[in-house]
Amino acid sequence: MSGGNGIAIDVKGLSKSFGGREVVHDLSMQVKRGSIYGFLGPNGSGKTTTIRILCGLLTPDSGEGTCLGYDILRDAEKIKRQVGYMTQRFSLYQDLSVRENLEFVARLYGLRDARGAARDMIKRIGLSGREEQLAGELSGGWKQRLALGACTLPNPQLLLLDEPTAGVDPKARRDFWNEIHALAADGLTVLVSTHYMDEAERCHEIAYIAYGHLLAHGTVDEVIAKSALTTYTVTGEDLNSLTAQLTGKPGIDMVAPFGTSLHVSGRDVAALESSIAPWREKASLHWQKSAPSLEDVFIELMGRSKDNFQ
Amino acid sequence: MSAVDRPAPAHEIRERFGFWWRSYAMLIKEFIQLKRDRVSFAMIVMLPVMQLLLFGYAINTTPHNLPSAVLLQEDSDLARSILKALENTAYFRFIYEVHDVDDFDNLLKSGKVLFGVEIPRGFERAVRRGDKPALLVAADATDPVAASAALGSLGMVVQTALQHDLYIGDPPAMPFEIRAHARYNPAAVSSLNIVPGLVGTILTMTMLIFTALSVTREVERGTMESLLSMPIKPVEVMFGKIIPYVLVGFVQAFLIISIGVFLFGVPVLGNLFLLALLSTLFITANLAIGYTISTVVQNQLQAMQMSMMFFLPSILLSGFMFPFAGMPAWAQYVGEGLPLTHYIRIVRAIMLKGATMQNLRFDTLALAALMLIAMTIAVTRFRRTLD
Repeated sequence: MSGGNGIAIDVKGLSKSFGGREVVHDLSMQVKRGSIYGFLGPNGSGKTTTIRILCGLLTPDSGEGTCLGYDILRDAEKIKRQVGYMTQRFSLYQDLSVRENLEFVARLYGLRDARGAARDMIKRIGLSGREEQLAGELSGGWKQRLALGACTLPNPQLLLLDEPTAGVDPKARRDFWNEIHALAADGLTVLVSTHYMDEAERCHEIAYIAYGHLLAHGTVDEVIAKSALTTYTVTGEDLNSLTAQLTGKPGIDMVAPFGTSLHVSGRDVAALESSIAPWREKASLHWQKSAPSLEDVFIELMGRSKDNFQ
Repeated sequence: MSAVDRPAPAHEIRERFGFWWRSYAMLIKEFIQLKRDRVSFAMIVMLPVMQLLLFGYAINTTPHNLPSAVLLQEDSDLARSILKALENTAYFRFIYEVHDVDDFDNLLKSGKVLFGVEIPRGFERAVRRGDKPALLVAADATDPVAASAALGSLGMVVQTALQHDLYIGDPPAMPFEIRAHARYNPAAVSSLNIVPGLVGTILTMTMLIFTALSVTREVERGTMESLLSMPIKPVEVMFGKIIPYVLVGFVQAFLIISIGVFLFGVPVLGNLFLLALLSTLFITANLAIGYTISTVVQNQLQAMQMSMMFFLPSILLSGFMFPFAGMPAWAQYVGEGLPLTHYIRIVRAIMLKGATMQNLRFDTLALAALMLIAMTIAVTRFRRTLD
């Protein structure tokens, strides 16, 4: 396959505006074949737009690149044959049954035995016994499985999943991710957008995008390391007033409550430590230096990007 | 090469005839959806039946029991005979008998009667003398169709009555003057003219709306996003969406013509096969136009409105309601651009006159041209991206 140097997605300088508002700004990214690439960022950050550009649903205003070795601007039709796209909102036919939806997809992609392919997929996604149920009547978790089944049915090289687990219960979420890992083990490349940190940690690589800008990317460990964030975890009494007192102090970029503890983080270690010094000695508080979690890093990135772009 | 090779797919992919298979996939899907949509499905049958019965029976332009008044200035046997004869036709129902001109005028002006007959003083004597006196007739012409048809039937009815009931000199000569005659449509059966026109009108309405909603529905339900991400081409989407409704249109045309033939006694003098063939062409042309509308509009409401915008001129300018030749030149030009105009000519000619393909070449070509234009616009307008 052309461009088969182990890179599934390779795009440079993608930009896209809607009505004068730039939704994606100069975005470049590379995704290795057979890897699971997590796409993170706040709502409205341009994740969906980027995914749509990759599968040819939107034309970028500028930028270039390849997807599975095909030019994203010229070969949209070829890309479509090799890519399975699972939309954020359920977009199969609600008034068609599970079987009819899958057979429709199988026929569109030209599978010789559409009925057989649909039957096999129903078994694989565990929807046996619900073949004749209308898709619109399925629960959220089943809908999501059906949607995944439909986009993997034509045996694609690349899966683009746009917030596939939104509104799905934890058990279904775990099953879903096990399936994604099984597919990736078969050589499928998966680009998945999500809001969940536990899901981000199950990705081989992640990218953080906010307000159209790609702010960080790499493995989870790399992203955490690159953030150069120092975090203290505080436990003790009256954390609420402590939050108020610490917020905005020099060197303190973020104060975030986590259950019964408080995460206090900053990039400038010296400034951070001098700012918290007055509270370090208090007997009612217990301070501990800890590695920042991915969530700390993202919340900090999100806060920073707001300063820059809003 | 790639880091990891994907295993061979479990199911083989067809490389050839992709166009037909993808259109077929779309078609099957549309059929299933239509089948599930019970209301739409019922409308396919209900709409033509209801419209036909309404137009055929209720909206009958042949006058029936028209409320009428008589201004009787002479109480003679001849006058009584004429009134009796008029009432016997069931066209007129004399609900007022007045002897004063002002009362007579007021009845017409107020709309209490649509029709008035004035028998002047000395009428009978004048007839017997052979003076050809005028039987004065006043009609409320605000409904020109009803008035003119009633006026048209009047002369004949009166003459018949006189021949049977009167003992005057030489019956063949009209003993008095009434100008209107319904010479070319003696029975004045409007269903004969309306049923063929209705085939076209009903098909225009239903076909237009079915496809006008089809693409916008996909956009509104969010399924368009999936559909666009799959390898299907605009032409294939269009074919898949049009073909099921060709069958639907066929069922409707069959229903209307059957009812017309069996209930209203409309003849089919021409070739049924030719009628079916040209009806298919007309149905497809309308579906293509509806589909074009659906690629232009943003939502289903707009689709409905735009369909109406196309439907109204179709009804008014196609010759369905008003005689085509009577319209001003610009209206005729507009009319020529509407498929219904050509189809109404075709269907009336085949059913009522027994026309052949030879007679209908121009209208057939016009229909085909309109269909191709609509399809071309639809395919070029169809957005392949969400931009």
